[in-house]
Amino acid sequence: MSLLATPLAAQEGPLQDLLQGQRELIEQSSRRTIGPAIEAIRDSGLDGAALVLEKWEAREMWQRESDGLFFYAEEVNRDTLHLHAFDGPTDLGEVPDEDFDQLKPNSGIRGLIASALVQFQLSDPDISRRRAALDALARDGNAEHLPILRAAIENEPDAGIRAQKDRLERLLTIRFGATDAARIEAIESFRGDLAVDVRAALNPILSTRREVSAGDPPAEANIAAVLKPGSEALSAEDAYALLVSAGLAPARLTAEAQRQALAANITDGRVGGVPVADLSDPAARDRAYDALEAAGTVPAAATQSEVEAALAAHSFYDRYGEPSAAVTDAAEEALNSIELKLALNQFIDLALDALSLASIYFLAAIGLAITFGVMGVINMAHGEFIMMGAYTGYVLQQLIPNYTVSILVAIPVAFAVTFAAGVAMERLVIRWLYARPLETLLATFGISIALQQLAKNIFGTQARPLTAPGWLDGQWVINDIIGISWIRVAIFVLALIFLGIYLFIMQRTRLGLETRAVTQNPRMAASMGINPDRVNMMTFGLGSGIAGIAGVAIGLFAQVTSELGQGYIVQSFMTVVVGGVGNVWGTLAGATMIGFLQKGIEWLNPSNTLAAQTYMIIFIIIFIQFRPRGIIALKGRAAGD
Amino acid sequence: MKNTFIARHPSVLIFLACLAVFTLVVTLMSHAYGTGGLSTSFVKTLGRTLCLCLVALAMDLVWGYCGILSLGHFAFFGLGGYMIGMWLMYARTEIIVTESLANSPIPPTAQEVQDAIGTQIFGVVGSSDFPLIWSFAHSLTLQLLLVLLIPGVLALVFGWLAFRSRVTGVYLSILTQAMTLALSLYLFQNESGLRGNNGLSGLQNLPGVSAGQDAISVWFLWASALALGLGYLLAAWVVSGKFGSVVRGIRDDEARVRFLGYSVEGYKLFIFTLTAIIAAIAGALYYPQAGIINPGEVAPIASIYLAVWVAIGGRGRLYGAVIGAAVVSLVSTWFTGGLVPALNLGFYRIDWVDWWLVLLGLSFVLVTLFAPKGIGGLFDLVTDRMAPNRHGADYGPDKGSLREGEGQE
Repeated sequence: MSLLATPLAAQEGPLQDLLQGQRELIEQSSRRTIGPAIEAIRDSGLDGAALVLEKWEAREMWQRESDGLFFYAEEVNRDTLHLHAFDGPTDLGEVPDEDFDQLKPNSGIRGLIASALVQFQLSDPDISRRRAALDALARDGNAEHLPILRAAIENEPDAGIRAQKDRLERLLTIRFGATDAARIEAIESFRGDLAVDVRAALNPILSTRREVSAGDPPAEANIAAVLKPGSEALSAEDAYALLVSAGLAPARLTAEAQRQALAANITDGRVGGVPVADLSDPAARDRAYDALEAAGTVPAAATQSEVEAALAAHSFYDRYGEPSAAVTDAAEEALNSIELKLALNQFIDLALDALSLASIYFLAAIGLAITFGVMGVINMAHGEFIMMGAYTGYVLQQLIPNYTVSILVAIPVAFAVTFAAGVAMERLVIRWLYARPLETLLATFGISIALQQLAKNIFGTQARPLTAPGWLDGQWVINDIIGISWIRVAIFVLALIFLGIYLFIMQRTRLGLETRAVTQNPRMAASMGINPDRVNMMTFGLGSGIAGIAGVAIGLFAQVTSELGQGYIVQSFMTVVVGGVGNVWGTLAGATMIGFLQKGIEWLNPSNTLAAQTYMIIFIIIFIQFRPRGIIALKGRAAGD
Repeated sequence: MKNTFIARHPSVLIFLACLAVFTLVVTLMSHAYGTGGLSTSFVKTLGRTLCLCLVALAMDLVWGYCGILSLGHFAFFGLGGYMIGMWLMYARTEIIVTESLANSPIPPTAQEVQDAIGTQIFGVVGSSDFPLIWSFAHSLTLQLLLVLLIPGVLALVFGWLAFRSRVTGVYLSILTQAMTLALSLYLFQNESGLRGNNGLSGLQNLPGVSAGQDAISVWFLWASALALGLGYLLAAWVVSGKFGSVVRGIRDDEARVRFLGYSVEGYKLFIFTLTAIIAAIAGALYYPQAGIINPGEVAPIASIYLAVWVAIGGRGRLYGAVIGAAVVSLVSTWFTGGLVPALNLGFYRIDWVDWWLVLLGLSFVLVTLFAPKGIGGLFDLVTDRMAPNRHGADYGPDKGSLREGEGQE
């Protein structure tokens, strides 16, 4: 009954005819024989060919048992299908699935179908589908895609995609090109190209396998290098291990194997005539083993001279997986040309990293450059002001859901909070201790541990996130090598702005003038009508406020914890001391030097950032020996003493 | 009798007597040798406190008397602990390994024993080879020598570099802080050969000693008390007489002493190195009682706490440092151990485990501001009644301190 319900006429058409023509192969559904069927559909030139392949691959093609016709369908529920025909009016409505068999191509067949589909996708009118197809090809293209891709270049309307197709064609040619000449040409077209995919295509060509053979290496092998056993590249032990694993020599006796062999052959408290108690001596063990060997109870182990003879009789070499020497030479040459450019770009990338680290140190230290550098007050709680700023940012993000607004609000608020804290601290503690610098250090340290514990009590010990607004996400990519995250760019800009603000305040405002006067000679300044108390208070507040803003910036890329500031305090003091006290340019120079130095050491020893910090501090200690007053030292009366 | 060392410095005798009485009382109340009134862990705490007093003494010598605010003396303390810890760990592991290998059918070779110890000790950092710095770990004598040598040489080289280039005041403080930071960062690496952030552990077990922890804890208490007593005598002797006067002169006005023809650098270097060695000895006694040492122990914060103890106790007087270290560390243990009842304010409950550091920090600020002489200053209330007028002489610990006249206002 259901058969009658479906209009039969609608199921006839060129696609159905084509499928019926290949029906036997399709029903057989075997990876080895299905090829012609897929090709027939692909090359039919019919409009719906892509649809057929897509549905087939997606396991949505069904065959009616009664007459063998093909349809595609969605399963509405367990027993019902929503049926479509490939030709004509397509929607056939819902039918029960008893009469239909689902075609279930295995993964091999689906791979073949997918390859065939690439051709359609590469010339799909939808540009995003063409792009997706190219991406898929770039990920796992194979030899069969090469002619399809070549055919799809000609009629590509979009210039960008056309270039991409052309590039991909050359990349695939490197790997699957028919002739060596074509491959070499493709390789040479990529000289000096920095992209990762080029290196990914070239490196497998140059991959080698370490092999060993009796006498000279085989003539037909494409050999990268012949190795001498006992050289730096191949130690004698490794060479012999290679021989053993290739089955060309007997294994050497390891200490462990010897011990086990001896333990297995103890008779009456003696092994090979040697008392067991003596076997703590390696020489006695060798004697016992030799005796066992002579008696034939244990297998003979290779002696030193046998090992040497075996090594001399064989040759060891690295062999390219790629048989053609011309191709490997071209690849090597192309890689070398890339290498130099790569090194240069990596250097630039490293320099950018160092610059961003330097600007972080500068930001953390500039507040200190005011309180310590200008006023000479050691503020151990400076790190806690940074932390306070970061927590202010965190609290504001809880209140204001929009990240951009909350960050913009956080900067002035953090300044206000830490400015107030700084002024309070100066009024309550520091001003009583101006004559006793070492005690300032201790008192501010007391404040530091109290503030840290207070933060722990209020916000808990777990790290709080300070989320950057969306427009600071991701990174600024210049090419495949050089890239820098936008947050770091923002911090660099912020550092520059701070430098400007500092210079402006110190050189161009009344407060700066008075600050400089008070630091140089407080009594003289007082007699000129300046109130040193007020100036000290304002200056200290300014330094603390800047630390608060630095805290917001640092919180954006580091987790906000109560120990956030502690990690920066020693480095910040180092920055100021190395740069030279009392001069913002010195702080800048110090931050730059420390940033570049740390990145440089990290580059030399990339696995270990702790070591980099250790060496950097040792370097600074030695540096202070030669320039005790820092890079830029104040001279004359401003130097104080 | 009139002119002997003791007669001129009665405080030394009083201190030694107090120390002896304290040791005796603790011994008589311990589990191993007395009534058992004090738990073994508390005896250990007291023993450790004595070691902290010793390092505070060193700190007082270098800061209170010589005016060098070193924020790195815990580095030497930690190094001493590491040096003794290497032997303790090696010797104990050797005993364990030898015992377990004795059960194998064939007696082990020396190399096998060595390899097994290496695997046992360094397995935790994914290695089994002995780094070069463990070359002497098999010998107690050599390792004890290293307890003195390594911190001594480090202090000598660092001090020579720093004093030679006339780094003084806060710069020197920051530099010493950088030194201890560098050391702790270095020790945190697995490549340092000292088990990275795992540190050395199991140090409370003395190899080859079958006595229980209750007896060992008392022995270490005795050793710590002896070291503290000797250290106190040595420090008192160093700061008395002409040498001590020069050292105090350097504290009060370095340039003036230099112009008088004294080699300021030499004096400072001597004091710096001597105190580093005292700190190392204190550390070598401390860590077997603590049982574990890791790089966190030499972090900059520890050395700052040392300065806090000395400042609270009262610097520039030896008993002040000892009192400060004892009081602050014991009170700290008391508060952080959760033994102090929480304070209920109605709207908020002050849990001292959380608030102790706030209290410590603030009281430290108050001491610095209002009682620069620290707890030790309380003794002046007694002695001032007996002592003759000082005729306006300095009693402050550094050049910025208040003069006598100002202090009495």
